[in-house]
Amino acid sequence: MEFTEAQLQRYSRHIILPEVGGKGQKKLLNAKVFIVGAGGLGCPVGYYLTAAGIGTIAIIDNDNVELSNLQRQIAHSVNTLGMPKVESAKRTFEALNPDVKIVAIKDKITKDNILDLIKDYDIVVDGSDNFPTRYLVNDACVMLGKPLVSGAILRFEGQVTTILPREGHCYRCLFEEPPPPGLVPSCQEAGVLGVLPGVIGALQATEVIKLILGRGDILKNELLIYNALKTSFRKVRVKRNPDCPVCSDFPRIKELIDYTEGYCAIR
Amino acid sequence: MQVDKRINIKGLVCPYTFVKAKLAIEDMEIGQVLEILLDYEEASRSIPKSMEDHGHKVLKVEKINDTDWIIQVRKERE
Ligand SMILES: [Zn+2]
Repeated sequence: MEFTEAQLQRYSRHIILPEVGGKGQKKLLNAKVFIVGAGGLGCPVGYYLTAAGIGTIAIIDNDNVELSNLQRQIAHSVNTLGMPKVESAKRTFEALNPDVKIVAIKDKITKDNILDLIKDYDIVVDGSDNFPTRYLVNDACVMLGKPLVSGAILRFEGQVTTILPREGHCYRCLFEEPPPPGLVPSCQEAGVLGVLPGVIGALQATEVIKLILGRGDILKNELLIYNALKTSFRKVRVKRNPDCPVCSDFPRIKELIDYTEGYCAIR
Repeated sequence: MQVDKRINIKGLVCPYTFVKAKLAIEDMEIGQVLEILLDYEEASRSIPKSMEDHGHKVLKVEKINDTDWIIQVRKERE
């Protein structure tokens, strides 16, 4: 494949980087990334991956755009209120870069559809806002051996980690089971600084691009924690648990689980 | 000097001068020589510097007439 004149201009700042070059840019143009959630994290992840020229980006979300989303979900606007979030995001991303194929999936991700949905993608990005989905996505990626870039945000603090199944830790190596609904912050407690998902989403997009390029260090066996109030980044070493219920050699969890609802999603 | 590939990037300015030169050398084999014809003065200095930063060997930078330069670079690494 040869670059068009427009692509040479659009990606010139990538091409002149020794770590990217024309070859790296072609890898990006051929990559397929699956994003779970078109909310606070999914918007900046999808936005930057679209700008980077990722070939195919799928994004799944079952919600519609509400005014309360616009404080942080930057792919949506007053012009797309009431529209499915994935449709709103698709319009924004396509306006930024028509090279990228955006697959918008308005649906809930469940144990019955997830394996089929993600199987043809190279990397999965979790931008979901609840524990049942986080565990479902983790388990599905472990079962399929797919790299997963996971992000989470609450109030002023966010986390990022990159899961390479069986090569490094997985989410259940850290926390075997989701916390019971009562221990999760209630809606009234679950505020979030609007810019926080922008920082965390940009970090997730960076991890995805480095995975595709095969360059640099990634957050394998590490959890990066950003505190917006303190303006601090800290890395916590994490280890693969040899008795992990899902990624160990003799897993107890061999089928996907839809944990019951009762968790509050931040709208 | 044997030249394996020639490109003419007259009329281009930075950074596209280097974008074109870099893409050309990426597609070549180690040890092969690329010859670049250009007419943008700044690039006659920046391309040799960037090629060396990327680990290649600049063999020649020559002003051949009032407007044009020729640069020869040997590919040293992927
Ligand atoms: Zn594990």
